[in-house]
Amino acid sequence: MKKSGLSMLPVLLWLCLFLVVPMLIVVGISFMGRDDLGNVVLDFNLDAYALFFDPLYLGIYWDTIVLSVLTTALCLLLSYPLAYYIANAGPRMQTWGLVLITVPFWINFLIRTYAWVLLLRTQGVVNELLLGMGLISEPLQMLYTKGAVLLGMVYTFIPFMVLPIYVALEQMDKKLLEAANDLGATRWRSFWHITLPQTKSGIMTGSVLVYVSTTGMFVVTDILGGAKSAMISNIIQSQYLGARNWPFGSALSVIFVITSLILIALFNRAMTSRYQKVREVRS
Amino acid sequence: MIELAAVEKHFAGQVALHPLSLTIKEGEFLTLLGPSGCGKTTILRMIAGFEQPTSGKILLDGQDLTNLPPNRRDLNLVFQHYALFPHMTVEENVAFGLKMKKMPAKQQQERVREAVEMTQLTALTKRYPHQLSGGQQQRVAIARAIANKPRVLLLDEPLGALDLQLRKSLQGELKQLQRSLGITFVYVTHDQEEAMMMSDRIVVMNSGQVEQIGTPREIYAQPATLFSATFVGENNIFSRDGQMFAVRPEKLKVVRGGESGESKRSGELQDVLYLGGVHKLIVQLDNEPMTVSVVLDVDDERTWQIGETVGVDWKPEDEVVIGS
Repeated sequence: MKKSGLSMLPVLLWLCLFLVVPMLIVVGISFMGRDDLGNVVLDFNLDAYALFFDPLYLGIYWDTIVLSVLTTALCLLLSYPLAYYIANAGPRMQTWGLVLITVPFWINFLIRTYAWVLLLRTQGVVNELLLGMGLISEPLQMLYTKGAVLLGMVYTFIPFMVLPIYVALEQMDKKLLEAANDLGATRWRSFWHITLPQTKSGIMTGSVLVYVSTTGMFVVTDILGGAKSAMISNIIQSQYLGARNWPFGSALSVIFVITSLILIALFNRAMTSRYQKVREVRS
Repeated sequence: MIELAAVEKHFAGQVALHPLSLTIKEGEFLTLLGPSGCGKTTILRMIAGFEQPTSGKILLDGQDLTNLPPNRRDLNLVFQHYALFPHMTVEENVAFGLKMKKMPAKQQQERVREAVEMTQLTALTKRYPHQLSGGQQQRVAIARAIANKPRVLLLDEPLGALDLQLRKSLQGELKQLQRSLGITFVYVTHDQEEAMMMSDRIVVMNSGQVEQIGTPREIYAQPATLFSATFVGENNIFSRDGQMFAVRPEKLKVVRGGESGESKRSGELQDVLYLGGVHKLIVQLDNEPMTVSVVLDVDDERTWQIGETVGVDWKPEDEVVIGS
């Protein structure tokens, strides 16, 4: 016990230095005031938190949660079949699948997001194609909508969902499926009763990664969402940089971190079965 | 009851199993015995439905099973490493097959209760597999299979992962269970002692081919092939005029001094092994590059000197002629 406590020390130090301390600074600033030039001044108040209850910000807060949950859900729905396919393919195909999943990371993220602009804008590839085929008579407004933001988010974060699920599927003992099959289960029932519960950990890891990343992403909203679809991260960014209202930016950050923690805790609770609890107690 | 008709299996052009025809009788304890890679597990997996024969048919009570998927065959497999569902309790594991058959809950409980009682797991039903010892996990695997009341139970080296002590006691239990259930067991093992102890009949296999099929007694006393003779129990192989024959170590006699001139072979005593109860002598034969093992009678109290010259003798009727 003593030994393991000691060996954890570097990790804890790291965590303290790069997570806890900055977080405490943000919490501290959120309770402070600012002068006319936007400098943070030591003046304890709750103004920043009061400002949050403005309907404008409440609306954005709610939109952000909805968008992040939707992104997570869509990523999960799209990633599971893909991960399943890769995990069950031959060894060559598996390597290729994994490489293809990671290829987008080799290209600058901004370039990839701007590529979506080229595809989605009024004179973009998609519209031209649909017009050419005579399916629509005038271009669709796709860019600068919430749909475009959702698409961009799902596109950006899908690998974060595919990889953990793939790992979970890969680690699963394939004999379990044979056993289920032998005991009378059809493929679908084996999947439902064995594969899905056995890959919960991957689903959980992927979901948390995607959800948290989505809430923090402001580039996609900036580029694909335009002015109307701001997310909380856009507001936080503009409060820190443009408006120079650090206390308000900090307050929004604190509120959002707490919200995310609560949501993740609820999600974990819903996903963790009695078996996993027993397992944790023992290990 | 189960009939394999000229069943043959190739993997990627390689022959894993040469054409095999075999009839397994109702209520029989049949063992497929052989070294790893001999095709015994392939046979079991074909009966269970996880592998398709390259040619030939598998019948259960005259019904052709060959093209039925595993979930539609009225038989269950006990896996080598149990393959218990880690996220389910013992109870849920045992009930799984019944649930898949959509059996009414009440009846499921009854069946589960019976199965765990028979395997002495009643006190452990709420545990998860990782909370059980190897032997207990093994019992769960058996309980999970027998809860379905299959016509045939297939067992793939079910005791292979356990230590010797536990293995021995579970061998007895399994045999007992088979008798009380009265269902057919098809058992795969590479352990010849285990096969001898438990089986009604043994199929001795080597590199995809059947060497011999018979009762343990037949296989021990009249091995049909050289492989059978040496794989099942210890044996000494001699040859005379190009004809091979085998003599079991307990049928050999060791004589010393003056009498040794009249014995069939002579040699130098190389080692004396104490087996608990009896002694085994290893004799290096003169003029032949081989050693023979001799198991002495229990009441033989002679003392031995390593290096001394001894004669090895046997009765002609204890010679077993080996075909090939």
